[in-house]
Amino acid sequence: MSIDMSQFHQVFFEECFEGLEAMESGLLTLDMGDIDSEIINTIFRGAHSIKGGSGTFGFTVVAEYTHIMETLLDEMRDGRRKVTQPAVDVLLGSVDCLREMLTAIQNERDVNNSSVAKHKAALEIVLNGGSMDESVPQVEHKPASESVVVNAAPDIPEEESGDLEEQGWKIAFCPYLDLLKTGNDPVRLFRELNELGELTTIVNIQDVPAFYELDPEECNISWDLKVVGDISGDDIREIFNWVEGDCEMEIQPLAKPIKSAPVAKIIDPEPLELVLPSNPSPKSAEAKPKVAAEIKKSDTQDSDNEAAKAMAKASSIRVDTDKIDTLINMVGEVVITQSMLGLVGENFSMDKVGQLKRGLAQLERHTRDLQQSVMNIRMLPISFVFSRFPRLVHDISSKLDKKIVLKLVGENTEVDKAVVELINDPLVHLIRNSLDHGIEMPADRVAAGKSETGTIELKAYHRGGHIVIEIIDDGRGLDKDKLLSKAIEKGLVEENSILTEKQIFELIFMPGFSTAEQLTDISGRGVGMDVVRRNILSLGGNIEIISELGKGTTIAIHLPLTLAILDGQSVAVGDETYIVPLVSIIESINITERMLNKVAGKGETFRLRNEYLPVIRMRRIFNVHSGNPTKSKEGVLVVVEGQGELCCLLVDELLGQQQVVIKSLEANYRRVEGVSGATILGDGSVALILDVPGLVRFSIR
Amino acid sequence: MAQEAENKDIDQYHYSKNLDNAVQYLSFALGREEYGVDILRVQEIRSWEPVSRIPNVPCYEKGVVNLRGSIVPILDLRERFNLSKAEYTPLTVVVVLQTGDSNKPRIMGVVVDSVSDVISVDKTEIQGAPDFGTKVSNEFINGLVSVNERMVMLLDVDKLLKLEDLDQVES
Repeated sequence: MSIDMSQFHQVFFEECFEGLEAMESGLLTLDMGDIDSEIINTIFRGAHSIKGGSGTFGFTVVAEYTHIMETLLDEMRDGRRKVTQPAVDVLLGSVDCLREMLTAIQNERDVNNSSVAKHKAALEIVLNGGSMDESVPQVEHKPASESVVVNAAPDIPEEESGDLEEQGWKIAFCPYLDLLKTGNDPVRLFRELNELGELTTIVNIQDVPAFYELDPEECNISWDLKVVGDISGDDIREIFNWVEGDCEMEIQPLAKPIKSAPVAKIIDPEPLELVLPSNPSPKSAEAKPKVAAEIKKSDTQDSDNEAAKAMAKASSIRVDTDKIDTLINMVGEVVITQSMLGLVGENFSMDKVGQLKRGLAQLERHTRDLQQSVMNIRMLPISFVFSRFPRLVHDISSKLDKKIVLKLVGENTEVDKAVVELINDPLVHLIRNSLDHGIEMPADRVAAGKSETGTIELKAYHRGGHIVIEIIDDGRGLDKDKLLSKAIEKGLVEENSILTEKQIFELIFMPGFSTAEQLTDISGRGVGMDVVRRNILSLGGNIEIISELGKGTTIAIHLPLTLAILDGQSVAVGDETYIVPLVSIIESINITERMLNKVAGKGETFRLRNEYLPVIRMRRIFNVHSGNPTKSKEGVLVVVEGQGELCCLLVDELLGQQQVVIKSLEANYRRVEGVSGATILGDGSVALILDVPGLVRFSIR
Repeated sequence: MAQEAENKDIDQYHYSKNLDNAVQYLSFALGREEYGVDILRVQEIRSWEPVSRIPNVPCYEKGVVNLRGSIVPILDLRERFNLSKAEYTPLTVVVVLQTGDSNKPRIMGVVVDSVSDVISVDKTEIQGAPDFGTKVSNEFINGLVSVNERMVMLLDVDKLLKLEDLDQVES
């Protein structure tokens, strides 16, 4: 009997990624001075089960690779080898490399052999050379440690040392499709490059799709850049720091002076040759066909992207068995109630009405509970997102030579899975901002009378129906005056206008602000913040900033707990039913036509307690012609608030309040203006959910 | 009945001639015209049921319905092709089609007068769509095929279900 192993692959990959996460967090918590053998055991176990699993499934490349890691960890565990920081860094790099390999295998792509070989070489050097610092020759040492630090962009050749100056550089810059979504603007990069030297750009647009397929938020363009001038490679990489991991990039010196040429040649192929002979079996080289090199860069990029989409599609969650048990209990209750109602119905007579009513009430309670516990299954602890930040902070702070501690609070706060998935990118951006621009260099901190080590606190907690995520740093804070003067200079704010503190901080979310030249003190604080805010708004949340100059900045994100259910008020417009989210309703008023004030050519207003509010006639804006026209003389005004603006919706009738399950209109259809989604009513028909802020915008147009 | 038998003969003829080149199409009628869609794109065939109207969209996008929990848009093909309108009757049929790539499939329903047949077509016998001039758009037509002396227009499902104004998504 043969078993189709591929059915277990998904589980295997999930376990592997979990193992990798455990290894990573273990490695990061390792304290050099006082080694906790339990942590090393955990790391070892992670490596061991990945090795075992990949062996079973025939992923020999992974198995062989983990074998080397395991050997190293085994020696550390037995105390035969000292745990050193370089060794830990190499192991961290290996974790990344493994993750890359596994993702490649999972998406049925070819494993990037050269990067694997590079990491393998680094591992073996640690393994054979004992401690890194003495016995390892300089050339071999370099790619090893370097590749760990800049793991996010393994494609950058690391051969040029900082002080080696060239006459110019050739940069092949091929951003991933979602570069713009991360808030990076290539134009800004080019502008900076241009400051370094004379810049010529060649744009490759062959990957740009036909117009009707074009997504303006995707970056389909790649560039060949040429900078001429006396520039060091470090300066160039510094500029591209922010897009690392969001692009494929190759930096090469333009005209190679004789002295750098050999250096450049040695490093890249060298580790490959160094490893392959020492490889226990040559299988790994053969296991993957050599076509990898033939696939064009753009192709792999596309398949990357598609694979990523496919992965998101087939995502699964692990659920606490407790939650499932409650669910089963609930279902049991529902079944009991149902059979009870069945009994009542069998020989029904009027004297059983009371019993029937009781039964129905019970059923209602049980279905509500059932719904709640099903929703609960979708809830994941926020640590799913938070857990990757220690690594990010570790990597970036060591790159920036800053001392930063990351504190995580409230990691077990539960949020909807959809929120977990979507909040990640904005958070990465905000934390990078805090790391790069918030926290000062150690010397500056001491000078400012603060402790040398900066703190970033990532905090999650529930408040009301919302989850609040706060990013608190004790860095230099935002400079109000500078922000304001910059905004005036940019023409975003009228001169002499008086803004509140909150309004000034809000400025950094303005799109025009983010593309601004870097400010000296708060450089880059605005980069992509508009994108971050837009992402958060699209999740139905909001973001606010509290900052004190010199003391630090707190960025608070408020998000709805779940994106799947909403309390709604159903309203009738003609024959049609719409749902208004209950949270946005302030009040509802019965009116007659006479209570509306006409503004010539500009629609109507309604006077609510000395305030004139614009009125949106739902009939008119949605072109509803059905229903009784005489009724349009009077109707119900629903006063709603959308993004801080009050306005009135004129509907025919209020129908009732109910919880509705939000269904996507975009899954099979498209976005419709003024509508945020759809839901299915009790009779099986579809009702549209109104997007109040969108409606306000739409009506103004 | 005779016609059906003849149909079958033709089908068999195609099968025996070249099995590899045979493609099956579901044919349906709009007025006196006959159209075909790739049968692998057809998810199901349903009867017409009232839809929930969507405000401010082209008139051929009739609205959305609840198809076992997902919201599915319904397009009227008569109106899409600028044919005269027909009353919806209990016999009016909605063909539910799949489009989009495998990662992001979309389903949509199209309203047609009636479904006729499943036809097997030899790929080599598909003619290119002729140019009708500007009056009739042939952008959705993949080709023409003659089945039993009737002309069947084969539709490109992806182009047919490509909704206009998709660029409005990001405003």
